[in-house]
Amino acid sequence: MTDSAFDAFSGTASYIASDDLLRDVNAAVALQRPLLVKGEPGTGKTLLAHAVAESLGMELITWQVKSTTKAQDGLYHYDVVQRLNDSRFGGGDVADIRGYIKLGALGRAFRAEKRAVLLIDEIDKADIEFPNDLLHELDVMSFHIPELDETVQAQERPVVIISSNAEKELPDAFLRRCVFHYIAFPERSLMERIVNVHYPDVEQDLLDAAIVRFYEVRGIPGLRKKPSTSELIDWLFVLMRGGLDAGDVARSVPFLGTLLKQEQDLDLAERRLASA
Amino acid sequence: MFTDFLFALRKRGLPVGTQEWLALHQALGSGLLENSDDLYGLGRAILVHNEAHYDDFDLAFLEVFHDVEAVALSDAIAKWLENPIAFEGLSPEAFQQLTGLSLDELRRRFEEMLQKQKERHDGGSRYIGTGGTSPFGHGGAHPTGLRVGGPGGGRMAVQVAGERRFRNYRSDVTIDVRQFRLALRALRNLGREGPEELDVDETIDRTCDDGGEIHLAFRKERRNTVRLLLLMDAGGSMTPYARLVDRLFTAASEMSHWKSLDHYFFHNVPYGRVYRSIERLDSVPTADLFRVHPKECKVVFVGDACMAPWELMATGGALGYGQQNAVSGFDRILRFHDYFDDVVWLNPEPQRYWGHETISTIRRAVPMFPLSLDGLRDMVRHLRKGAVNRKVG
Repeated sequence: MTDSAFDAFSGTASYIASDDLLRDVNAAVALQRPLLVKGEPGTGKTLLAHAVAESLGMELITWQVKSTTKAQDGLYHYDVVQRLNDSRFGGGDVADIRGYIKLGALGRAFRAEKRAVLLIDEIDKADIEFPNDLLHELDVMSFHIPELDETVQAQERPVVIISSNAEKELPDAFLRRCVFHYIAFPERSLMERIVNVHYPDVEQDLLDAAIVRFYEVRGIPGLRKKPSTSELIDWLFVLMRGGLDAGDVARSVPFLGTLLKQEQDLDLAERRLASA
Repeated sequence: MFTDFLFALRKRGLPVGTQEWLALHQALGSGLLENSDDLYGLGRAILVHNEAHYDDFDLAFLEVFHDVEAVALSDAIAKWLENPIAFEGLSPEAFQQLTGLSLDELRRRFEEMLQKQKERHDGGSRYIGTGGTSPFGHGGAHPTGLRVGGPGGGRMAVQVAGERRFRNYRSDVTIDVRQFRLALRALRNLGREGPEELDVDETIDRTCDDGGEIHLAFRKERRNTVRLLLLMDAGGSMTPYARLVDRLFTAASEMSHWKSLDHYFFHNVPYGRVYRSIERLDSVPTADLFRVHPKECKVVFVGDACMAPWELMATGGALGYGQQNAVSGFDRILRFHDYFDDVVWLNPEPQRYWGHETISTIRRAVPMFPLSLDGLRDMVRHLRKGAVNRKVG
């Protein structure tokens, strides 16, 4: 464990994190455990990895998980079909198997000469067994390639950040190894700082009014999809483009459709706001 | 005291194991902790793996590190205020009437109410509830009311825990359509059916076997083979749960991964006919269900299973006038049970009322699960296990 790595992450110019999040990121780095990040869509789970990499000056290696992704894809891929094709039709050095073995995201993170940040994005998209298949590799930070009879061993344990939208439950054995952080929805003051990063020259009056309105809309009970940070940022953009000022926002909620995307939600919000 | 904390967590059902506990000690030993805030934050990050457990963590933290009563709102009162109904608005005259209660008067009435009130009340004007004009509760309107349950302040760890900000993430309370969908998604049984697709592995194997001469192999796509039959109680006693059942139904019907999904309504218990709509106008003979659906079809009853015992057990006990049933409701349920491989019952009634006579009778025949996220997951697990056992046996 290197002392210098601890407390190194403090957010970046473009990414504002809560104190809780900073502490958990640094704990995960220090404890050398993967950081599992969950939260509502639009609260910046993926951006966190980018920010950590930028802040710590490390390379970011992203593994975008899809419903068809297998654990093996992250280690390496042996392109048999290409080799067969080359052997039939010529081209490539068929004798050298090495040329047909391509490292996946995990493999590249292990091979990296400097400590890297590995983002396993949306791990819950894959099959239920997927995280279990990675347990061993993440524990020992190495894996074996039988085709080459070689072991890829991490030079420096990468900082592993895993994001999940909670579409599937992750296995207990996997969870036990992680530091878990749930990105709670930002409170008003933090939200103001986040917005200021995106629009440094927004008028304070408009910002205040918009944020009050935003939390009011979010607070409507029974919404199916509450608006999140990214929707607030889009909404502010539209407000500024539309040349609206704080007074307009205080009187009504213009462009409500930017905040709420579902028809039932729009109906509900319009009724609630009209009666308020 | 520290080990007390571990056992307090485990007592609340948090799956904290040795591995996490050691990790926390590693964190303690490496100087990551400076004060009690860090203990709270890091402890949560390392020991808890699911936001649904945050609330239990908060409670355990309070229990061990602070006197709880002073901070946490009583759970029972909080229950009355959950899932608030929308407030309908207040006429100016009514508003006038409500003004002019002094704080002392309010406090006195509040305590009085606390003694009297035994359950939740919504949209009313007297009891503690939501969306009404009673001075007590939230989401309603009363010019001089007391708000019960709301955002707190303060930054001390114990206070933060006391706010119980993560109460809403508890998986045994909140459910929306999406969460239903996620739980239902696990209910699948993949079989090879439908159109053919290229089988790459087999193609490569055959091609290699034949010295590089290309041989294409095909196989059928994997398709979910689960058929679902939803039978929902649309009786009067189900009205409080109408939204919940509506969400379950929306989730199930939005999902395209069923091989087939059918739904019917009944009143209290299915008799000779089941209905296509909630209004119970258009009906089909219940016996038809056995004809149309194969026995692999999974049957899910949704209902509170609360009725007068004779409605369940007697022939001719049907509630609707002119609906003379020759087979009692309970026998009808047994027929479902005998014909179909898997029959389960989802009950929105809180489990503490499951001692009710008709509920416990039905439970003896059909596995019953609470209509909550946890209950739904258990149900899916039960249905999947059933399928596996049959394959083996």
